[in-house]
Amino acid sequence: MPALPLDEAGKYVAAAYVAFAVLLLVYVGIMAARLGRLQREIAELANRAERRENGAGEPPAPELEKRSIGERIAP
Amino acid sequence: MSPSRLRNLTILTALVLGAGFALVFFYAPLEREGFVQKIFYLHVPLAIVALAGFIVAAIHAIRHLRSGDPVHDYRAYVSIHMSVIFGVAVLVTGAIWAKAQWGVWWEWREPTLVSFLIVFLLYCTYYPLRFAIPDRERQARYASVFAITAGAFVPLNFLAVRLAESFIHPRTFSSAGGLPGEMMFTFLVCLAGVALLWTTLVAFELAAKRTRADLGRLRRALAEGAAA
Repeated sequence: MPALPLDEAGKYVAAAYVAFAVLLLVYVGIMAARLGRLQREIAELANRAERRENGAGEPPAPELEKRSIGERIAP
Repeated sequence: MSPSRLRNLTILTALVLGAGFALVFFYAPLEREGFVQKIFYLHVPLAIVALAGFIVAAIHAIRHLRSGDPVHDYRAYVSIHMSVIFGVAVLVTGAIWAKAQWGVWWEWREPTLVSFLIVFLLYCTYYPLRFAIPDRERQARYASVFAITAGAFVPLNFLAVRLAESFIHPRTFSSAGGLPGEMMFTFLVCLAGVALLWTTLVAFELAAKRTRADLGRLRRALAEGAAA
């Protein structure tokens, strides 16, 4: 089969590499979402542990350093 | 794997993969198929790494059945998971290459394509099989048996395809003379990059699974402490 001209072949080559990049990005996006969920759960558990350490009283307001990045940047 | 080692592995993967793709477009010569042959440097390493990943999963599954250590089961599961994702990339890039080269997205008469699809679909059934079993230990044991059986099928399938007559798909590295030096070097760098990518993503998945398991333990410990 004769070789495709560059302008024709370029579209297919770009499509293959872009498809690979998109698949990779989707996967990384899913991983990032899962990481965010884990961070929220860890922050929640840390808060619970702190409340227990402080006894049955009113839970103290979380210090900035002890909150997760997600909590800190949330509006 | 420690966070620093994971970070170093990620940087190495980005460097090798970036270098590989740079070689594809700025170093590797064009051959008679023309520019569209550049897909080869992505499609073939993806296929090799995906199939090798299934074999890695089978090895972990054997270790799981021998030792009963759930870590090996996790490794087998994550290896299959990653190879299935790479398998999707193989099918997509292969279809694009087929359309450019042969004018069709898929060719059912070609044993290489159909056999890869069979292997891919076989491994897709791993998920329903695994998650249909509620008991964790039985689930891990059955999943390991599946991974070993299917893993043994991969080289057999590869051999059968090599013995079968090719319809239109070329047999990589089987033609006389093989690849010229520059093309082979580029291909090997791309193969190393894709293999590192697979390893890095598996390491990330395992780290996430380990963290989730630790979190579960912490949650249970806190709940038990509160009840006491």
